[in-house]
Amino acid sequence: MLTLPHDLYEQMVAHCLAGLPDEACGLLGGVDETGEVTACYPTRNAAASAKVYTVDPHDHLRADRDAEAAGNAIIGVFHSHTHTDAYPSPTDVAQAPDPTWHYVLVSLRDTHPVVRSYRIEGTSVAEEPLAVVPR
Amino acid sequence: MPVAVHLPTVLRPHAGGAKTVTAEGSTVGEVLDALAAEFPGLSGQVVSDDGVLHRFVNVYVNDDDVRYLSSLDTPVKDDDEVSILPAVAGGA
Repeated sequence: MLTLPHDLYEQMVAHCLAGLPDEACGLLGGVDETGEVTACYPTRNAAASAKVYTVDPHDHLRADRDAEAAGNAIIGVFHSHTHTDAYPSPTDVAQAPDPTWHYVLVSLRDTHPVVRSYRIEGTSVAEEPLAVVPR
Repeated sequence: MPVAVHLPTVLRPHAGGAKTVTAEGSTVGEVLDALAAEFPGLSGQVVSDDGVLHRFVNVYVNDDDVRYLSSLDTPVKDDDEVSILPAVAGGA
């Protein structure tokens, strides 16, 4: 389960909308054991593409240091799908870097963004509950 | 000279769970070789058998991505920090 405070949810979706027409991406900092997100780190898409994303390596390093300094960790990544469902693509699954992470998809295909969270371990993809909570 | 190396969560189990380890070397490649010698589970995880950096990891010396420096030949000195992070990518 991933717990996302409402303001961070809005920050994440706003970053995805601002990235159009390209895919947008970012990292989520928080508490590994509980899946509680405490920070949203919008990052540049180094691939600058509507079809693929690469989290900018410098932005990743900065986010990782910030999360560690807060006593937390990077616990997941989000990215937008501009024309497809909020479901991990084969590329997303093949390139998923860490089985302990949460993988959040933000679909911008329809009028209202659709946000879902997944765990990806090897080739297995499982949707998990996503709770958006007040802070 | 010993250099601190920060490991990503996915590699920590290969180093006894440590977030940060130290290894000797005067270049990034030497430091990573020393690390793989001390923790055999790390062997092949960062540097391929062909001796190049895997594309699914990023390695930094302090704030700089070594791909924009001299890759594995990038020199390191005392007090430098080497960080390893997964390359995060995907696409529809």
